[in-house]
Amino acid sequence: MDFSDSPEEATFRAKARDWLNANATLRDGSEKAQDHFMARDADEVARARDWQARKAKAGWAGLTWPRAFGGRDATPIEQVIWNQEEGRYAVPPNVFLIGIGLVGPTVMIHGTQSQKTAVLPRALTGEDIWCQLFSEPAAGSDLAGIRTRARRDGDDWVISGQKVWTSGAHYSSHGILLARTDPQVPKHKGMTMFLVDMSDPAIETRPIRQISGGASFNEVFIDDLRVPDSARLGGESEGWKVALTTLMNERFSISVGRASGGARAEELIALAARVERNGRPAIQDGEVRARIADFVARQRGLEFTSYRVMTSLSRGDAPGEEGSIGKLLLGKLRQEMGAFGLELAGTAAGVSAVADDDAARWRNEYLTAPGNRIAGGSDEIQRTIIGERILGLPPEMRVDKTVPFSEL
Amino acid sequence: MNFGFSEEQDTIRETLARMLGDHATLEVAHTRLDSGEGFDTATWSALAEGGWLGLAMSEAHGGSGMGAVELAILAEEVGRCMAAVPCLPVLCMAVPALQSAGTEDQRRSLLPGIAEGRTIIAMALAEGGGLAPDTVSAKVAQGRLSGQKSPVTFGAEATHALVAATDEEDTPRLYLADLTASGVTTSALDPIDRTRPTAEIVFDNAPVELLPGSDPAAIYRLLSGAAVLAAFEQIGLAGRALALTTAYAGERHAFGRPIGGFQAVKHRLADMFAKIELARSNAFFGAWALASGDSRLPEAAAVARLSALDAVQFVTEESIQLHGGIGFTWAADPHLFLRRGWQLKAELGPAVLWRERLIDNLADAPWAAS
Repeated sequence: MDFSDSPEEATFRAKARDWLNANATLRDGSEKAQDHFMARDADEVARARDWQARKAKAGWAGLTWPRAFGGRDATPIEQVIWNQEEGRYAVPPNVFLIGIGLVGPTVMIHGTQSQKTAVLPRALTGEDIWCQLFSEPAAGSDLAGIRTRARRDGDDWVISGQKVWTSGAHYSSHGILLARTDPQVPKHKGMTMFLVDMSDPAIETRPIRQISGGASFNEVFIDDLRVPDSARLGGESEGWKVALTTLMNERFSISVGRASGGARAEELIALAARVERNGRPAIQDGEVRARIADFVARQRGLEFTSYRVMTSLSRGDAPGEEGSIGKLLLGKLRQEMGAFGLELAGTAAGVSAVADDDAARWRNEYLTAPGNRIAGGSDEIQRTIIGERILGLPPEMRVDKTVPFSEL
Repeated sequence: MNFGFSEEQDTIRETLARMLGDHATLEVAHTRLDSGEGFDTATWSALAEGGWLGLAMSEAHGGSGMGAVELAILAEEVGRCMAAVPCLPVLCMAVPALQSAGTEDQRRSLLPGIAEGRTIIAMALAEGGGLAPDTVSAKVAQGRLSGQKSPVTFGAEATHALVAATDEEDTPRLYLADLTASGVTTSALDPIDRTRPTAEIVFDNAPVELLPGSDPAAIYRLLSGAAVLAAFEQIGLAGRALALTTAYAGERHAFGRPIGGFQAVKHRLADMFAKIELARSNAFFGAWALASGDSRLPEAAAVARLSALDAVQFVTEESIQLHGGIGFTWAADPHLFLRRGWQLKAELGPAVLWRERLIDNLADAPWAAS
């Protein structure tokens, strides 16, 4: 057990730091708040593309990708080191997470040679931005219930349906789309995966405004989108298998991404030193100290849990269900911390009308956090995964696994 | 960065688990709970024979020279099998105290006896409900100690104690007391976990010997190390409580299926698992900080302690709940874990103490001043 860098890791960190020093500016706290993965406007997208191109040119993009596909063959721990170092600099949001973290690895496993050639280099350099067209109005947690239909028409497929909660679809150039191709078989067996061009006029993207006020996800309407059979990723009716590869890589990407996303518990200590409660600095209040100490312990625990996951990945184990623990605990922690920050910063004025930066910051944190508990597998789904796959408890009663989808 | 155990460490764990599993069963724990004879001397002797009591002592003193991570593994396995042995006071506190603050004479006269299981050193730190060195009222003058210490785990079974008391300059230090000497009165208390005997010790002009390297900072370091190692014992017992509750939920049928198939039960078990794993991650970092002498040990110990306390209380309470009526009975296993959990809480102080230490540590950090 060793928490410090090995000599190889220290060398990697030094190289990363050298390059970042020469190419980016350290954060100094004056930066505008931004999301880690979502761009808020065209300017952020353009800056993100530019940053990604420079990283790719210098060999810092797609770190964990094999060298054969333009990556660096880096270990998961090296990816964490890069993320730690890059996180110290004022860099644009990583809008390429889905392309590089999810779509790339899926194409490497299930794609044809020409798909690999078409997709991988452009994802790496940031020329293409990818989104994940999975969830639908009637298929969220129960993803295999999707209704978007793809029908054979000669050598082509014609796709119609609706997707929803698609992060970044409004600025993505491409999408990985799960569609139903055979409703006459049970739900998991009749799906096929496609790679689609988001600029096709048959696709209409409408941003959805979230409770935080921002609009980073979308509903996507697909109306007779015609794609060639060469756009099919993996075998016909093998879409579920392909989707599981994508979802496994999503877990991995979340694990190596910022373990704690959102505010640091330490920021609450700084806030509590600035504001008053009962006529004295809030940091001297027993209840305030107790709450913050609890947040610190939970946040550290999540961070170290992600390092444990990295260690087992670096030993060659597949990304496992341990990722579910971090996923389960992170959202609720963010929500509680956001609420407490808002309470600390928020006099009545802070809650009803933003009076200062602190109140604005924690209001936004609180209103963003619920998304963490829902996206990428809700808390409830994570508990079921832990209960069944880790603890080995009996599975849920299912009435839909053996019946043809058309009869559900 | 490597946040897992080595193959050698995995082997140590397997060997220990087998050995402890042969001696310290839950049946033994029930028997001791009923009889009130807390100390499981058979298991302690077996640990001595296997060379485990000298695990973290230098080879010159009869030990095997391993480190804090191996000691953490021992603590977790002791917790898992609920062994009624003084692992925490003797191995995780007294031995490190002698090693870091004692004289070579003290080490030479005491450590071999500990490794052989003959010498039991209790930790007499707490008094008046407090554990922090700056609240100590026991006093030493001219080599004689007077004061009252309680609770002292395994105090009645111990041959010696390390006692926190102020010296003639009012500085809290650690003193070695021979509990068979005159002026020492030990009386057993009735702890919530009777498999973890606890006593009150009154010293009246009792002869003691200073550990010259001890001062308040050294006592705090000792408490930090103990908090990390205790967290492993807590995780061990919580993990066992979860395992037997999960097994029960898989066997017990209601409404035509195992109750573990219902989300109300399954999701509670998932929450129990998640709390234990979070505590384990914090304990790992604590073990590394302890083993490597990292300056972040105080905060690492506090977060390890806080999340272990949280996990144990949640897991042991819900273990009773998920067992239903049988879980509320004396004869069933769940209350063994609940009791041990509270005892381990009492021995190193409740969450409030460690929250205060954590915030004090963090609020001194430069960023908090802004």
